[in-house]
Amino acid sequence: MRNPGERATDVTVDRIIELRDVNKWFGDFHVLRDVNLAVARGEKVVVCGPSGSGKSTMIRCINRLEEHQEGTIIVDGTELTDDLRDIEKIRSNVGIVFQNFSLFPHLTAIENLTLGPVMVRREAEHEAEARAMALLERVRIPEQAQKYPGQLSGGQQQRVAIARALMMNPKVMLFDEPTSALDPEMINEVLDVMVELANEGMTMIVITHEMGFARQVADLMVFMDEGEIVEQAPPQEFFANPRSARTKLFLSQILTH
Amino acid sequence: MTSVGTIPAHGRALRRPPPKRESGPIAWLRANLFGGVHEAVLTVLVAWALFLIVTALYEWAVRDAVWFTTDSLVCRRAAGACWAVIVEKHRVMLFGTFPYEEHWRGVVVIVTIVGMAVASGFRRLWSYRLFVAWVVALGVVLVLQLGGVFGLAPVDTNQWGGLPLTLILFVGTVVGGLPAAVFLALGRRSNLPVIKAACVAVIETVRGVPLLTVLFMASLMFPLFVPPELTIDKLLRAQIAMIIFFAAYGAEVVRGGLQAIPRGQHEAAQAVGLTYWQTTRKVVLPQALRIVIPALMNDIIRAFKNTTFVTIIGLFDVLGATRAALEDLNWQPYALEAYVFIFALYFVFCFSMSKYSEDVERRLREGRNY
Ligand SMILES: Nc1ncnc2c1ncn2[C@@H]1O[C@H](COP(=O)(O)OP(=O)(O)OP(=O)(O)O)[C@@H](O)[C@H]1O
Ligand SMILES: [Mg+2]
Repeated sequence: MRNPGERATDVTVDRIIELRDVNKWFGDFHVLRDVNLAVARGEKVVVCGPSGSGKSTMIRCINRLEEHQEGTIIVDGTELTDDLRDIEKIRSNVGIVFQNFSLFPHLTAIENLTLGPVMVRREAEHEAEARAMALLERVRIPEQAQKYPGQLSGGQQQRVAIARALMMNPKVMLFDEPTSALDPEMINEVLDVMVELANEGMTMIVITHEMGFARQVADLMVFMDEGEIVEQAPPQEFFANPRSARTKLFLSQILTH
Repeated sequence: MTSVGTIPAHGRALRRPPPKRESGPIAWLRANLFGGVHEAVLTVLVAWALFLIVTALYEWAVRDAVWFTTDSLVCRRAAGACWAVIVEKHRVMLFGTFPYEEHWRGVVVIVTIVGMAVASGFRRLWSYRLFVAWVVALGVVLVLQLGGVFGLAPVDTNQWGGLPLTLILFVGTVVGGLPAAVFLALGRRSNLPVIKAACVAVIETVRGVPLLTVLFMASLMFPLFVPPELTIDKLLRAQIAMIIFFAAYGAEVVRGGLQAIPRGQHEAAQAVGLTYWQTTRKVVLPQALRIVIPALMNDIIRAFKNTTFVTIIGLFDVLGATRAALEDLNWQPYALEAYVFIFALYFVFCFSMSKYSEDVERRLREGRNY
């Protein structure tokens, strides 16, 4: 383990994700501005920032749910281009969990998990089911396997969604505000699963305003505002002495309630 | 805590049963039929009129009716309905110009199609096997109708008629039209401009003209443009026209369902690596079609009624065959009775479909399928 405050930024470190001068526009609206971010294998990055600052857009570019117009995105050695094979490869390495779960409502929990591997990887159904059950146990809801998403609580749905992403054995997991659609009493059951995942060494980029989680898990804090990465620093430094005024203002706003 | 307004002391608001509502037949009568003097008078008048109509109907349809006779003169002497016309002419009405000795084949066709349709109404039976059963059933239907194999006498499609023809056109329209509707709807949402434009053109053109003109084009104009040795069978042309017509309307219904699927569903499917077609087949369509089943049932019922239009291009569906049967001058005066029978036939088919769709809709509302 690294010393607190020290970060693996030197070039010899194995970078699994790299964004270099990434720019994106929605029409005339410049939503990502010269975004630079490097994530080492096993690193946990927590992204925060005001609403509309481009956090979701940034991580959605990493698995091509959005397309960037300028700059370079490299995931596990593969550059993201218009080549469908590259996109396919990157998507199979990157799992994503959405704010509103986005489970398939017409499929049971376990079917939600097995659909991808069976369709995409041609995995045998019984093998996929065995792995799915193991993952559902890991997120602590094996007894809900046969239920439909509509019959599950928000926290349970989000845990199914995490398990669904893990089914593809991703090397990186992206989380877009995974707990912000949840009732307060369910937030922890989801965060616990994420902490476990972090402890197992998964590379993670997490957009969240759960600062307790961030302090506990993050190797790197990223603050975004108006499409820019304004500040990135290890959590101790980030919380103790934020350099930019915008970060200070933002932190004072979210830490006071 | 500071209080806002006055809070009643604990226990002051007594728990009590809801206010009484009068119920029972007397209360219902009072509420609905005899609420006041005007209403009472109106109720009595309407009841009297109803009574007159029902007795007159009873006398005509039952008391004075002739049920069985081969002699139309018996009917002429009777004051009531002549149901005998149906008994006498049912073979022509039900099977049209199909060769008389081969009518048993038509019976098997009717039983097969109706049986399969009823079976398809049960969700429990929805599986791959039902699909296979349909394929087999349609094969059997075609063999029976066409003949020429297994020692069955060949029958030209021009001779097909009556209820089997109606049912075949109906099933053919739905079986061919539903997938076509889905593809048109998907095409209309496609990112590829050419495909999108083609689908929009088909949908909007077909929706802009009446079915009659489409059928006329298929039967009269089509041969003008195609060399005679290529001429496709008239029935097949009519069938294709009906399929396209059904598909164009169905496509708009399906599109509504597709639009109701949130973007997140597409993204979640993409994120686990599903391709466009995998996403469509496994994620989008199962949800979209479920939403639009009631609306599609509407189109399906209309397709059943639209089969009557083939009369105008010289095919004898059950309605056309009935009209042909009534060419017989002896029985012509009893057309009304014959049409009442046809009316009842259509009603049974359409009403059961409509009931079924209501049932599906209710189940969807209760969310029992998820
Ligand atoms: N598909 C789109 N088309 C046009 N504008 C968009 C689109 N998606 C996002 N935007 C805009 O881009 C900006 C950044 O959006 P984004 O969702 O990345 O913000 P965010 O930081 O995730 O905010 P939040 O905390 O509210 O989720 C917003 O102003 C948003 O309105
Ligand atoms: Mg967001």
